[in-house]
Amino acid sequence: MSTVTTPRKRAGTTPPPADPARTRRAGRRQQRFAYVTLLAPFTALLVAVFLVPVGYAVYLSFFSEDHDGLGFGGGRTIFTGLRSYLAVLQDPSFVSGFGSIALYCVIFVPLVVAGSLGLALLLDSGLIRLRRTAQMLLYLPHAVPGIIAAVIWLYLYTPGLSPVIKLFAEADITIDFLGLHTVLPSIVNIALWSGLGYNMVIFYAALQALPREVLEAARIDGAGGVRTALQVKVPIIRGSVLMVCMFSLIAALQLFTEPMLMNQATPMVNSRFTPNMYIYDAAFRRNNYGLASAASVILLVVTCALSFAVTRWAGRRERSAK
Amino acid sequence: MTTTTPMTPTTPSGGPPTKPPTKPLGRPFGRSGLTSRGVANAVILIAALYTMMPALWLLFASTKNADALFGSDIFSLGDFSLSRNLSDLFAMDGGLYGEWYLNSLLYAVGGALVGSLISVSAGYAFDKYEFRHKEKLFGLVLTGVMVPQTVLALPLYLVASEIGLVNTFWAVFVPVLFNPFGVYLARLLSSGYVPNEVLEASRVDGAGELQTYVRVSLRMLGPGFVTVFLFQLTAIWNNFFLPMVMLSDQHLYPLSLGLYTWNSSATVSPEYYPLVVIGSLLAVVPLIVAFVTLQRYWKSGLTAGSVK
Repeated sequence: MSTVTTPRKRAGTTPPPADPARTRRAGRRQQRFAYVTLLAPFTALLVAVFLVPVGYAVYLSFFSEDHDGLGFGGGRTIFTGLRSYLAVLQDPSFVSGFGSIALYCVIFVPLVVAGSLGLALLLDSGLIRLRRTAQMLLYLPHAVPGIIAAVIWLYLYTPGLSPVIKLFAEADITIDFLGLHTVLPSIVNIALWSGLGYNMVIFYAALQALPREVLEAARIDGAGGVRTALQVKVPIIRGSVLMVCMFSLIAALQLFTEPMLMNQATPMVNSRFTPNMYIYDAAFRRNNYGLASAASVILLVVTCALSFAVTRWAGRRERSAK
Repeated sequence: MTTTTPMTPTTPSGGPPTKPPTKPLGRPFGRSGLTSRGVANAVILIAALYTMMPALWLLFASTKNADALFGSDIFSLGDFSLSRNLSDLFAMDGGLYGEWYLNSLLYAVGGALVGSLISVSAGYAFDKYEFRHKEKLFGLVLTGVMVPQTVLALPLYLVASEIGLVNTFWAVFVPVLFNPFGVYLARLLSSGYVPNEVLEASRVDGAGELQTYVRVSLRMLGPGFVTVFLFQLTAIWNNFFLPMVMLSDQHLYPLSLGLYTWNSSATVSPEYYPLVVIGSLLAVVPLIVAFVTLQRYWKSGLTAGSVK
């Protein structure tokens, strides 16, 4: 009952009990009709909102609108080959977008993974009172939409509005959360606030599923709480740890909401601060769809390559561990 | 890929999976027991304060008018103008906020209902039937899981503008129905919740395949359906990039985009600040209600997600 991971080869292949061949054929036809009906809406969506848009973006990235004069109306679409890709890759603001993302990842991913794993291990240690309440409170930020989390924190960063800045001011400390060096950590903090509890619940659920005999054995061997946590529990749930790392990385590449809001509040976040902001800027402020498509395709490829690499790497580690 | 299998649906007919024993064994901390207990609780307390403080600030700030918001003590209860703020909120710009709220409900609840039905049906088909190129198609589903919605936003805009759907309800509603993770989850849950014997029994009884799905399997998949629904509800409610790309008519905006535009206006005209604050507070309510009431479902979903 508990093995759910291999959902293949079941009902469809089991022959119906001793029926004439005719009914069997009819049954198979009916089954075919059933799965086609069940799969059709999803397959239609897969084509309409996934394959076609990606294909169209790739196609558009090879073309460019050729504007004469003021560029109103009479634009001609001409084939430009890889010119858009070259333009994107040579654009310092696009490259620096990936730079900010990389820096953001270096700060964010270790913090969120270590933080949520630590909290989950604490919850699992049996030392915590009111475990369910604590879990609920820590999870709460996940129910706050990203844009609203960003609004709340932006207000907490804004001088005049923020009780935090007031508090520091009373101790004669001036803090600028939106300064040149603090703005990225400030964005990390928003993401951390939103993600900590969510990832903690994933880790906690994995920890709860650990075989109790293993922990019992560790206890009999005289391993302390901290040692059991780090040397027994963490290695067993490393699959979950990797998954969280991977999803955090992929999510980081998509960073848009928080910096977009910050862009309204501080000049330290420019309108091409992340790759997604670059795409938005290219498409809707500069009206250059070729450029925007090329940037989208590059981001898509980087995202896919990254997640593919991580799963591959994880799979290899998994196999070599066995 | 890993060997953890935390999904243990014991009752095939509804009811969420039973929780594994929660009493942990790691208790013996010897002499240092008291201090480590204190430290552990203190860490959790600090983390809980960290997560709660911004939410509390939002709660208190929503009772303040524009002057008091910039004034001295936000956590005092003096000068309580919650009802003023509320009536201002729904009156501003000809009641736009109410429209945004309804739009969000329509996009999120409608989209999550239709979307999870589509995903669960597909996941069920992947689990229960054999057909050619099945695993190839499923590989495409998994690719879809890896590709975040935001990367698709601009390509979707380009297609939508080609067929004249930009700035319509459907431009946001149709793309959010696509939920490959839901299909993945539904396949897992289907193999856990719906025993194949049920299908065979109903075939022997001569019931049609689709009839069996609607009358028997879908009912057994109830908890799984709620899980997929909740995931999708959250995702759509939080959706920001897609509406921002697709919509220019304020009357079609969801809450996220509406509050964003009000926040932009607030930098010029500060009377929007209290409205953004209380508007944000109200926008958080539905998801919190959904999460608290349906707690057991999303937890089982998260666990299933970590099986990968």
